[in-house]
Amino acid sequence: MEIGSFILRRFGQAVVVMLIISLIGFFIQDSLGDPVRQLVGDSVSTAEQEILREKLGLNDSFVVQYTRFIKNAVQGDLGNSYFFKEPVVSVILQHLPATLELTLAASFLVIFISFPLGILAAVFPFHPLMRLVMTLSAIGISIPVFLTAIFLIYIFPVNLGLFYSFGRGEVVDLDVGFIWQTSFLSIDGFLHIILPATALSSIMLPLFIRLVRSEMREVLEQEYIRFAYARGINKWRILFSHALKNAMLPILSVGGVQFATMISYTILTESVFQWPGMGFMFLEAVNRSDIPLIVSYIIFVGLIFVTTNTLVDMLYTFVNPNVKLKDQ
Amino acid sequence: MEKNTKKTNAKALLLRLSVVLLLSVSLLSSLAWSKTLKLAYDADPISLDPHEQLSGGILQYSHMVFDPLLRWTQDLKFEARLAERWQRIDPLTMRFYLRRDVTFHSGNPMTAKDVKWTFNRLKESPDFKGIFVNFEDLKIIDDYTIDLKTKARYPLVLHTATYIFPMDSKFYSGKDSQGRDKGMVAKEANTYASRNASGTGPFTITARQQGVKVVFTRFSGYWDKASKGNVSEVILTPIAENSTRVAALLSGDVDFIAPVPPTDLAKLRKNRKLSLVELAGTRIITFQLNQNRKNEFKDKRVRQAIVYAVNNKAIVSKIMKGFASVAAQQSPPGYLGHNSNLEPRFNLNKAKALMKEAGYAEGFSVTMMAPNNRYVNDEKIAEAVASMLAKINIKVSLKTVPKAQYWPAFDKREADIMMIGWHSDTEDSANFTEFLLMTPDKETGYGQYNSGNYSNPKVDELVLRSSTIVDEAERKKVLQEVETLLFNDAAFIPLHWQNLAWASKRNVMIKPILNVQNFPYIGDLVIK
Repeated sequence: MEIGSFILRRFGQAVVVMLIISLIGFFIQDSLGDPVRQLVGDSVSTAEQEILREKLGLNDSFVVQYTRFIKNAVQGDLGNSYFFKEPVVSVILQHLPATLELTLAASFLVIFISFPLGILAAVFPFHPLMRLVMTLSAIGISIPVFLTAIFLIYIFPVNLGLFYSFGRGEVVDLDVGFIWQTSFLSIDGFLHIILPATALSSIMLPLFIRLVRSEMREVLEQEYIRFAYARGINKWRILFSHALKNAMLPILSVGGVQFATMISYTILTESVFQWPGMGFMFLEAVNRSDIPLIVSYIIFVGLIFVTTNTLVDMLYTFVNPNVKLKDQ
Repeated sequence: MEKNTKKTNAKALLLRLSVVLLLSVSLLSSLAWSKTLKLAYDADPISLDPHEQLSGGILQYSHMVFDPLLRWTQDLKFEARLAERWQRIDPLTMRFYLRRDVTFHSGNPMTAKDVKWTFNRLKESPDFKGIFVNFEDLKIIDDYTIDLKTKARYPLVLHTATYIFPMDSKFYSGKDSQGRDKGMVAKEANTYASRNASGTGPFTITARQQGVKVVFTRFSGYWDKASKGNVSEVILTPIAENSTRVAALLSGDVDFIAPVPPTDLAKLRKNRKLSLVELAGTRIITFQLNQNRKNEFKDKRVRQAIVYAVNNKAIVSKIMKGFASVAAQQSPPGYLGHNSNLEPRFNLNKAKALMKEAGYAEGFSVTMMAPNNRYVNDEKIAEAVASMLAKINIKVSLKTVPKAQYWPAFDKREADIMMIGWHSDTEDSANFTEFLLMTPDKETGYGQYNSGNYSNPKVDELVLRSSTIVDEAERKKVLQEVETLLFNDAAFIPLHWQNLAWASKRNVMIKPILNVQNFPYIGDLVIK
């Protein structure tokens, strides 16, 4: 009951957020450039351009265009992409798997590296190795992701002949209501995802190592941990079962938001690796003034943010039953 | 009973074995001659319809899946393709004799009917109709002979015929699944022709995922048996990011890339495993001075002063790293109107003197706009020109924007000085002036890109006359005179012609198939 009404309220908020985003999207479309100029060759006469502009409905007033958009949107039609010539929803769905898999693979790396390293750094704060890890993470956090990506390409495929410099390689089609192309079911596809995922994880990894470390250190200084030690409970049990569980709460809340942020970071990673995901699609859409696709992408990313935040809030209750779901 | 099954089992096994053996033999033998080319451009074709957009990308694609009546050679001559030969039969008519042994990918034979159908479609296409505006009609004489008729005497009939890539009229006739005409040309609709293709070209498309890859397979019934091309499959991947495209070639993930970014030229030149081909391009980069917005620009001396103040040689050597040819006019060498007497004229003292003479020794302030992702180094060039103008006391406030926002700004003439680059679709000099410097006229469309509002009746008259002169020597004189007039008037600030560069693995022999139009003839490519 409580969860049901919570989700319902969140859903209502999401609709409002998306309406506002779409309004802003339409409001700024004039400064996004002229899609007609991207569709025609340089030498096409202004008269011909005008005919196309009229056909696309770009001469209508802001109110007329927005009303038309909302009317269609209610029926699930967000318009057609000028470039792909397909409904934007299906264009986004075609590009979604690549981005989600990339983000997932990067998150995997982040989790499996940051937790052990963060915990070790909290337990042995003065060990020289751990100090090195912390220094490296400080450097890592300040290198822009596209630079990391280019470095990776020049080190691995160009100089060592390992992994691949671009694209997804061989993908396997899965039918999940639409065609989901996965990288994880072929060796070639898996080898292709390694570098982009590493590049993408490079922003979150240092952040998470530091986060896990500081949260763990804080928890480890609590009274109950000392009592646990005094009772002679196994050291690792204390670390993982007692301490980590309590350190998880803030990590989860940051992590949820960061997962959503990572999807927007994919724009850079994807454009360097020519990764056919949503981020690259969005960048190209901006270059081509493909306005329906731009607006829908922003709405979609808004939806992802709202969803992950809701999921994180719900996870809270599982980790710590004292937390009550409510909206402020 | 049991014995029997065993026997059949053994038989089946034998059969299976022999099939496997046969398969592997045929696979091996096909491997011996099948060559796959992994190709990376900065973008993939936006559509499979050759008439949807007049752009380099679409024309590159057209040369792979279709064939033109004739095409350009590396030294700007015409080469017979689907038209075996041609002859002028009267001042308004050019007769083309078509090859008789050509079939489309669908299996339909190519005849005059298809050429006629294609011509009519070109005249309807918003992007291509402008090129064919001087043509009256295409007449079918017999199945393999056609007459191209012009409205008046027209010197560029052959130039224009390079844009006629016959399409399979039978294949594109009828209704698609949505009840629309299969031959429909439209940008905003998901047309049949934008998804399906049947041409006469060396390749058919066997797989396509827009923005990810296009797979081309050699057409077994290709007419040009004399072609040495041995590529049986082309995998075209768009790689938008310059450094990734270069890295993909360096790591061996692709065999052939274009364009090569100027920053990587030096590195690739030294690499012995790769071959790099550079050609002097034909796209002119200029600035225009808006006389409507800025009264000072109405004074010829001010315009001249600006041309004298801009050190375009330095821009080519410092910013373009030599990857461009310094220009003093619009027509590149090799074009009819190219006038070799016109030299770049950087001279700061002269510039200052001219400013003084015009009464602007103190200078003035102007606004300038340039794109930042349209031409090679466009933003840096604009910055350099702005600082060069500061030396003659012209204070420039510069704004650079992405191309998506630049064109609307250019159409509204939003700044006093604006950058514009131009490539002549007809490979002819008149085209430059028609679009960039003739007196703007909404009715005729001339001067569509003349943001400077430069107007010289003599120039207009000469350019219009040039399009009716068929005699090459006489036409050359007229077009060269146009360049001289524009030069003396300082009608625009000439910068340079952008070069072109391609790079490939050593065993991919790209040099013979490249040209300044940037239409690599992949069908003729040899891989060793």
